[in-house]
Amino acid sequence: MNAPFIKYGMFGDNVGLIVAFVVGIGFGFFLERAGFGNGKKLAMQFYFRDMAVLKVMFTAIITAMLGVYFLSVFGVLDLSMVYLVPTNILPQIVGGLILGFGFVVGGYCPGTSCVSAATGKIDGMMYIVGVIIGIFIFGEVYPLIGNFYNATPMGQITISEWANIPYGVLVFAVVLMALGGFAAAEWAEKKNAGKEGSLITERTDA
Amino acid sequence: MSEQNEKLNKEKPYWNPYLSGIGLGIVLLLAFVIMGRGLGASGAFSSLVVSVENAVAPSHVQSNEHLKGYFEGGVNPMKDWLVFEVIGVLAGGFISGMLAGRVKKGIYRGPQITDKMRIVYAVIGGVMMGFGAKLARGCTSGQALSGGALLNLGSWAFMLSVFAGAYALAYFMRRQWT
Repeated sequence: MNAPFIKYGMFGDNVGLIVAFVVGIGFGFFLERAGFGNGKKLAMQFYFRDMAVLKVMFTAIITAMLGVYFLSVFGVLDLSMVYLVPTNILPQIVGGLILGFGFVVGGYCPGTSCVSAATGKIDGMMYIVGVIIGIFIFGEVYPLIGNFYNATPMGQITISEWANIPYGVLVFAVVLMALGGFAAAEWAEKKNAGKEGSLITERTDA
Repeated sequence: MSEQNEKLNKEKPYWNPYLSGIGLGIVLLLAFVIMGRGLGASGAFSSLVVSVENAVAPSHVQSNEHLKGYFEGGVNPMKDWLVFEVIGVLAGGFISGMLAGRVKKGIYRGPQITDKMRIVYAVIGGVMMGFGAKLARGCTSGQALSGGALLNLGSWAFMLSVFAGAYALAYFMRRQWT
Protein backbone atom coordinates (compact mmCIF):
# COMPACT_ATOMS: atom_id res chain seq x y z
CA MET A 1 0.00 0.00 0.00
CA ASN A 2 1.30 3.40 -1.00
CA ALA A 3 0.35 6.67 0.64
CA PRO A 4 -0.69 9.48 0.30
CA PHE A 5 -3.52 7.62 -1.46
CA ILE A 6 -4.67 10.51 -3.64
CA LYS A 7 -1.14 11.06 -4.99
CA TYR A 8 -1.06 7.44 -6.11
CA GLY A 9 -4.30 7.96 -8.02
CA MET A 10 -6.54 5.91 -5.77
CA PHE A 11 -9.26 8.52 -6.30
CA GLY A 12 -9.76 11.89 -7.92
CA ASP A 13 -10.21 15.45 -6.72
CA ASN A 14 -13.99 15.25 -6.36
CA VAL A 15 -13.75 12.25 -4.06
CA GLY A 16 -11.03 14.20 -2.26
CA LEU A 17 -13.59 16.88 -1.40
CA ILE A 18 -15.84 14.24 0.18
CA VAL A 19 -12.83 12.99 2.14
CA ALA A 20 -12.24 16.60 3.24
CA PHE A 21 -15.78 16.80 4.57
CA VAL A 22 -15.49 13.50 6.46
CA VAL A 23 -12.06 14.38 7.89
CA GLY A 24 -13.51 17.75 8.92
CA ILE A 25 -16.29 16.00 10.84
CA GLY A 26 -13.66 14.10 12.81
CA PHE A 27 -11.68 17.29 13.40
CA GLY A 28 -14.72 19.22 14.64
CA PHE A 29 -15.93 16.30 16.73
CA PHE A 30 -12.71 15.96 18.73
CA LEU A 31 -12.29 19.75 19.10
CA GLU A 32 -15.77 19.91 20.64
CA ARG A 33 -15.16 16.82 22.80
CA ALA A 34 -12.05 18.51 24.23
CA GLY A 35 -14.13 21.53 25.25
CA PHE A 36 -12.60 23.76 22.57
CA GLY A 37 -15.98 25.25 21.67
CA ASN A 38 -15.62 27.10 24.97
CA GLY A 39 -13.62 30.31 24.56
CA LYS A 40 -13.19 30.77 28.28
CA LYS A 41 -11.65 27.33 28.64
CA LEU A 42 -9.26 28.13 25.79
CA ALA A 43 -8.31 31.49 27.29
CA MET A 44 -7.55 29.91 30.68
CA GLN A 45 -4.48 28.38 29.04
CA PHE A 46 -2.92 31.85 29.13
CA TYR A 47 -3.56 32.20 32.87
CA PHE A 48 -2.14 28.74 33.65
CA ARG A 49 -5.52 27.67 35.07
CA ASP A 50 -6.68 25.18 32.45
CA MET A 51 -3.88 23.80 30.30
CA ALA A 52 -6.09 21.83 27.89
CA VAL A 53 -4.85 23.80 24.85
CA LEU A 54 -1.28 22.71 25.42
CA LYS A 55 -2.23 19.14 26.36
CA VAL A 56 -4.59 18.53 23.45
CA MET A 57 -2.40 20.26 20.89
CA PHE A 58 0.82 18.50 21.82
CA THR A 59 -0.87 15.11 22.24
CA ALA A 60 -2.28 15.53 18.72
CA ILE A 61 1.09 16.68 17.36
CA ILE A 62 3.05 13.76 18.81
CA THR A 63 0.36 11.24 17.80
CA ALA A 64 0.41 12.40 14.18
CA MET A 65 4.19 12.95 14.19
CA LEU A 66 4.88 9.40 15.40
CA GLY A 67 2.40 8.01 12.86
CA VAL A 68 4.01 9.92 10.00
CA TYR A 69 7.49 8.93 11.18
CA PHE A 70 6.84 5.19 11.44
CA LEU A 71 4.77 5.02 8.25
CA SER A 72 7.58 6.76 6.36
CA VAL A 73 10.31 4.62 7.93
CA PHE A 74 8.39 1.48 6.93
CA GLY A 75 8.00 2.85 3.41
CA VAL A 76 4.21 3.16 3.44
CA LEU A 77 4.03 6.94 3.35
CA ASP A 78 6.12 8.93 0.89
CA LEU A 79 6.94 12.07 2.87
CA SER A 80 8.10 13.95 -0.21
CA MET A 81 4.48 13.88 -1.38
CA VAL A 82 3.07 15.35 1.85
CA TYR A 83 2.62 19.08 1.42
CA LEU A 84 4.86 21.26 3.56
CA VAL A 85 3.95 24.96 3.80
CA PRO A 86 7.01 26.96 2.67
CA THR A 87 8.78 28.88 5.43
CA ASN A 88 9.04 32.68 5.37
CA ILE A 89 10.43 33.00 8.84
CA LEU A 90 9.96 36.70 9.66
CA PRO A 91 6.35 37.18 8.51
CA GLN A 92 5.50 33.90 10.21
CA ILE A 93 6.91 35.08 13.53
CA VAL A 94 5.13 38.45 13.28
CA GLY A 95 1.92 36.77 12.08
CA GLY A 96 2.16 34.33 14.98
CA LEU A 97 2.44 37.18 17.49
CA ILE A 98 -0.60 38.99 16.03
CA LEU A 99 -2.50 35.71 15.99
CA GLY A 100 -1.54 35.08 19.62
CA PHE A 101 -2.88 38.53 20.55
CA GLY A 102 -6.11 37.69 18.75
CA PHE A 103 -6.34 34.37 20.58
CA VAL A 104 -6.32 35.91 24.07
CA VAL A 105 -8.42 38.95 23.07
CA GLY A 106 -11.11 36.93 21.28
CA GLY A 107 -10.83 33.55 23.01
CA TYR A 108 -10.63 31.38 19.89
CA CYS A 109 -8.67 30.45 16.83
CA PRO A 110 -10.46 29.92 13.49
CA GLY A 111 -11.08 26.17 13.93
CA THR A 112 -12.30 26.40 17.50
CA SER A 113 -14.57 29.37 16.70
CA CYS A 114 -16.33 27.17 14.13
CA VAL A 115 -17.04 24.56 16.80
CA SER A 116 -18.22 27.29 19.19
CA ALA A 117 -20.53 28.76 16.55
CA ALA A 118 -21.84 25.30 15.62
CA THR A 119 -22.89 24.75 19.24
CA GLY A 120 -24.83 28.01 19.37
CA LYS A 121 -22.35 30.38 20.98
CA ILE A 122 -22.68 34.03 19.99
CA ASP A 123 -19.08 34.93 20.85
CA GLY A 124 -17.86 32.18 18.51
CA MET A 125 -20.08 33.44 15.69
CA MET A 126 -18.93 37.04 16.13
CA TYR A 127 -15.32 35.88 16.26
CA ILE A 128 -15.80 34.32 12.81
CA VAL A 129 -17.15 37.67 11.59
CA GLY A 130 -13.93 39.24 12.90
CA VAL A 131 -11.76 36.62 11.17
CA ILE A 132 -13.50 37.34 7.86
CA ILE A 133 -12.94 41.10 8.33
CA GLY A 134 -9.26 40.51 9.18
CA ILE A 135 -8.73 38.37 6.08
CA PHE A 136 -10.47 41.01 3.96
CA ILE A 137 -8.21 43.75 5.38
CA PHE A 138 -5.12 41.67 4.66
CA GLY A 139 -6.12 41.24 1.02
CA GLU A 140 -6.81 44.94 0.62
CA VAL A 141 -3.52 46.09 2.17
CA TYR A 142 -1.53 43.38 0.39
CA PRO A 143 -0.07 45.86 -2.13
CA LEU A 144 1.51 47.66 0.85
CA ILE A 145 2.76 44.65 2.81
CA GLY A 146 3.35 42.14 0.03
CA ASN A 147 7.11 42.63 0.24
CA PHE A 148 7.12 41.77 3.92
CA TYR A 149 4.78 38.79 3.35
CA ASN A 150 7.30 37.35 0.92
CA ALA A 151 10.40 38.31 2.92
CA THR A 152 12.96 35.85 4.36
CA PRO A 153 11.97 32.86 2.20
CA MET A 154 13.54 29.56 3.22
CA GLY A 155 11.50 27.21 1.04
CA GLN A 156 9.93 23.96 2.19
CA ILE A 157 12.14 23.00 5.08
CA THR A 158 11.86 20.91 8.24
CA ILE A 159 13.67 21.53 11.51
CA SER A 160 15.62 18.34 10.97
CA GLU A 161 16.92 19.60 7.60
CA TRP A 162 17.59 23.10 8.91
CA ALA A 163 19.42 22.09 12.09
CA ASN A 164 20.88 18.95 10.55
CA ILE A 165 19.41 16.68 13.23
CA PRO A 166 18.45 13.13 12.18
CA TYR A 167 14.65 12.82 11.78
CA GLY A 168 14.29 10.03 14.38
CA VAL A 169 16.36 11.89 16.98
CA LEU A 170 14.23 14.99 16.55
CA VAL A 171 11.01 12.98 16.85
CA PHE A 172 12.28 11.48 20.08
CA ALA A 173 13.31 14.92 21.41
CA VAL A 174 9.87 16.38 20.62
CA VAL A 175 8.16 13.51 22.46
CA LEU A 176 10.38 14.11 25.50
CA MET A 177 9.71 17.84 25.34
CA ALA A 178 5.95 17.26 25.16
CA LEU A 179 6.06 14.89 28.15
CA GLY A 180 7.96 17.56 30.11
CA GLY A 181 5.34 20.11 29.03
CA PHE A 182 2.52 17.83 30.21
CA ALA A 183 4.15 17.41 33.64
CA ALA A 184 4.56 21.20 33.95
CA ALA A 185 0.93 21.68 32.84
CA GLU A 186 -0.38 19.27 35.49
CA TRP A 187 1.72 21.06 38.11
CA ALA A 188 0.42 24.52 37.09
CA GLU A 189 -3.20 23.34 37.15
CA LYS A 190 -2.76 21.89 40.62
CA LYS A 191 -1.18 25.10 41.82
CA ASN A 192 -4.02 27.26 40.46
CA ALA A 193 -6.85 24.88 41.38
CA GLY A 194 -9.82 26.72 42.89
CA LYS A 195 -9.15 30.02 41.11
CA GLU A 196 -11.75 31.49 38.74
CA GLY A 197 -11.91 29.47 35.54
CA SER A 198 -9.58 26.69 36.64
CA LEU A 199 -10.04 23.24 35.10
CA ILE A 200 -13.28 23.86 33.25
CA THR A 201 -15.01 20.53 32.70
CA GLU A 202 -18.42 21.81 31.60
CA ARG A 203 -20.10 24.84 30.11
CA THR A 204 -19.46 27.86 32.31
CA ASP A 205 -21.09 30.75 30.51
CA ALA A 206 -23.41 33.02 32.46
CA MET B 1 -41.07 15.18 34.61
CA SER B 2 -39.09 18.35 35.22
CA GLU B 3 -36.46 16.33 36.99
CA GLN B 4 -36.22 14.07 33.97
CA ASN B 5 -35.91 17.09 31.72
CA GLU B 6 -33.17 18.44 33.88
CA LYS B 7 -31.32 15.19 33.53
CA LEU B 8 -31.71 15.26 29.77
CA ASN B 9 -30.52 18.86 29.60
CA LYS B 10 -27.55 18.27 31.83
CA GLU B 11 -24.28 18.60 30.00
CA LYS B 12 -21.76 15.84 29.95
CA PRO B 13 -18.24 16.83 31.01
CA TYR B 14 -15.57 17.41 28.37
CA TRP B 15 -13.33 14.51 27.47
CA ASN B 16 -9.92 14.01 28.98
CA PRO B 17 -7.55 16.31 27.04
CA TYR B 18 -5.03 13.57 26.28
CA LEU B 19 -7.78 11.32 24.88
CA SER B 20 -9.17 14.16 22.75
CA GLY B 21 -5.63 14.91 21.59
CA ILE B 22 -5.08 11.32 20.45
CA GLY B 23 -8.37 11.51 18.53
CA LEU B 24 -7.30 14.74 16.83
CA GLY B 25 -3.87 13.32 16.09
CA ILE B 26 -5.38 10.27 14.37
CA VAL B 27 -7.66 12.49 12.25
CA LEU B 28 -4.61 14.57 11.27
CA LEU B 29 -2.60 11.42 10.45
CA LEU B 30 -5.46 10.17 8.26
CA ALA B 31 -5.43 13.48 6.38
CA PHE B 32 -1.70 13.08 5.69
CA VAL B 33 -2.07 9.43 4.64
CA ILE B 34 -5.18 9.80 2.48
CA MET B 35 -4.68 13.27 1.02
CA GLY B 36 -1.03 14.15 1.54
CA ARG B 37 -1.95 17.33 3.35
CA GLY B 38 -2.94 18.45 6.82
CA LEU B 39 -5.88 20.17 8.43
CA GLY B 40 -6.74 23.86 8.29
CA ALA B 41 -9.40 26.43 9.00
CA SER B 42 -8.49 30.03 8.10
CA GLY B 43 -7.88 29.08 4.45
CA ALA B 44 -11.57 28.28 4.02
CA PHE B 45 -12.50 31.80 5.08
CA SER B 46 -9.92 33.21 2.65
CA SER B 47 -11.65 31.32 -0.16
CA LEU B 48 -14.98 32.72 0.98
CA VAL B 49 -13.69 36.30 1.13
CA VAL B 50 -12.06 36.27 -2.32
CA SER B 51 -15.11 34.59 -3.87
CA VAL B 52 -17.43 37.29 -2.56
CA GLU B 53 -14.99 40.02 -3.61
CA ASN B 54 -14.75 38.51 -7.06
CA ALA B 55 -18.53 38.40 -7.40
CA VAL B 56 -18.89 42.03 -6.31
CA ALA B 57 -15.79 43.63 -7.86
CA PRO B 58 -13.97 41.31 -10.30
CA SER B 59 -11.74 44.04 -11.74
CA HIS B 60 -10.62 44.96 -8.24
CA VAL B 61 -9.62 41.34 -7.60
CA GLN B 62 -7.70 41.24 -10.89
CA SER B 63 -5.73 44.34 -9.88
CA ASN B 64 -4.53 42.75 -6.63
CA GLU B 65 -1.62 40.34 -6.91
CA HIS B 66 -2.68 38.31 -3.88
CA LEU B 67 -6.40 38.06 -4.58
CA LYS B 68 -5.77 37.31 -8.25
CA GLY B 69 -3.72 34.28 -7.25
CA TYR B 70 -6.83 32.49 -5.99
CA PHE B 71 -8.26 32.34 -9.51
CA GLU B 72 -5.18 31.13 -11.36
CA GLY B 73 -5.76 27.89 -13.21
CA GLY B 74 -9.45 28.65 -13.58
CA VAL B 75 -10.51 26.70 -10.49
CA ASN B 76 -13.32 28.04 -8.31
CA PRO B 77 -11.73 28.90 -4.93
CA MET B 78 -14.76 27.44 -3.15
CA LYS B 79 -14.09 24.04 -4.70
CA ASP B 80 -11.29 23.57 -2.25
CA TRP B 81 -10.18 20.96 0.28
CA LEU B 82 -10.27 23.43 3.19
CA VAL B 83 -13.75 24.74 2.37
CA PHE B 84 -15.22 21.23 2.46
CA GLU B 85 -13.16 20.35 5.52
CA VAL B 86 -14.46 23.37 7.46
CA ILE B 87 -18.06 22.53 6.55
CA GLY B 88 -17.24 19.15 8.10
CA VAL B 89 -15.80 20.86 11.20
CA LEU B 90 -19.10 22.71 11.69
CA ALA B 91 -21.01 19.44 11.30
CA GLY B 92 -18.66 17.48 13.57
CA GLY B 93 -18.74 20.14 16.26
CA PHE B 94 -22.53 20.17 16.11
CA ILE B 95 -22.77 16.36 16.33
CA SER B 96 -20.44 16.20 19.32
CA GLY B 97 -22.25 19.10 21.00
CA MET B 98 -25.65 17.47 20.48
CA LEU B 99 -24.50 14.14 21.90
CA ALA B 100 -23.18 15.92 25.00
CA GLY B 101 -26.13 18.30 25.48
CA ARG B 102 -23.97 21.34 24.76
CA VAL B 103 -25.82 22.90 21.81
CA LYS B 104 -27.33 25.93 23.51
CA LYS B 105 -27.35 29.63 22.82
CA GLY B 106 -24.83 31.38 25.05
CA ILE B 107 -21.75 33.53 25.46
CA TYR B 108 -18.54 32.46 27.14
CA ARG B 109 -16.92 35.15 29.27
CA GLY B 110 -15.43 35.88 32.68
CA PRO B 111 -17.60 37.11 35.58
CA GLN B 112 -16.48 40.76 35.42
CA ILE B 113 -17.39 41.71 31.87
CA THR B 114 -20.71 42.39 30.13
CA ASP B 115 -21.96 40.31 27.21
CA LYS B 116 -21.72 43.38 25.00
CA MET B 117 -18.03 44.02 25.75
CA ARG B 118 -17.30 40.32 25.35
CA ILE B 119 -18.73 40.47 21.82
CA VAL B 120 -16.65 43.58 21.03
CA TYR B 121 -13.51 41.73 22.15
CA ALA B 122 -14.53 38.65 20.16
CA VAL B 123 -14.76 40.68 16.94
CA ILE B 124 -11.49 42.55 17.59
CA GLY B 125 -9.71 39.29 18.43
CA GLY B 126 -11.11 37.71 15.29
CA VAL B 127 -9.82 40.57 13.13
CA MET B 128 -6.32 40.15 14.60
CA MET B 129 -6.54 36.39 14.13
CA GLY B 130 -7.65 36.68 10.50
CA PHE B 131 -4.91 39.16 9.64
CA GLY B 132 -2.22 37.24 11.55
CA ALA B 133 -3.20 33.93 9.96
CA LYS B 134 -2.88 35.42 6.48
CA LEU B 135 0.54 36.90 7.27
CA ALA B 136 1.73 33.59 8.77
CA ARG B 137 0.34 31.48 5.89
CA GLY B 138 -1.94 29.53 8.20
CA CYS B 139 -3.54 29.39 11.62
CA THR B 140 -3.41 27.13 14.63
CA SER B 141 -4.73 24.21 12.55
CA GLY B 142 -2.78 24.56 9.34
CA GLN B 143 0.50 25.75 10.82
CA ALA B 144 0.79 24.81 14.49
CA LEU B 145 -0.99 21.44 14.37
CA SER B 146 -0.32 20.17 10.83
CA GLY B 147 3.06 21.81 10.31
CA GLY B 148 3.99 20.97 13.90
CA ALA B 149 3.50 17.24 13.28
CA LEU B 150 5.62 17.44 10.11
CA LEU B 151 8.35 19.32 12.04
CA ASN B 152 8.04 22.21 9.60
CA LEU B 153 10.54 24.93 10.59
CA GLY B 154 8.23 27.89 9.97
CA SER B 155 5.35 26.18 11.76
CA TRP B 156 7.35 25.75 14.96
CA ALA B 157 8.60 29.35 14.86
CA PHE B 158 4.98 30.37 14.32
CA MET B 159 3.71 28.22 17.20
CA LEU B 160 6.19 29.65 19.69
CA SER B 161 5.21 33.18 18.55
CA VAL B 162 1.52 32.43 19.09
CA PHE B 163 2.11 31.37 22.68
CA ALA B 164 4.48 34.30 23.26
CA GLY B 165 1.96 36.80 21.89
CA ALA B 166 -0.96 35.38 23.85
CA TYR B 167 0.92 35.18 27.14
CA ALA B 168 2.32 38.71 26.63
CA LEU B 169 -1.17 40.17 26.27
CA ALA B 170 -2.95 37.94 28.83
CA TYR B 171 -2.33 40.31 31.74
CA PHE B 172 -4.12 43.15 29.95
CA MET B 173 -7.07 40.91 29.09
CA ARG B 174 -7.54 39.53 32.60
CA ARG B 175 -10.72 41.50 33.28
CA GLN B 176 -12.40 39.81 30.37
CA TRP B 177 -11.66 36.29 31.53
CA THR B 178 -11.07 36.13 35.28
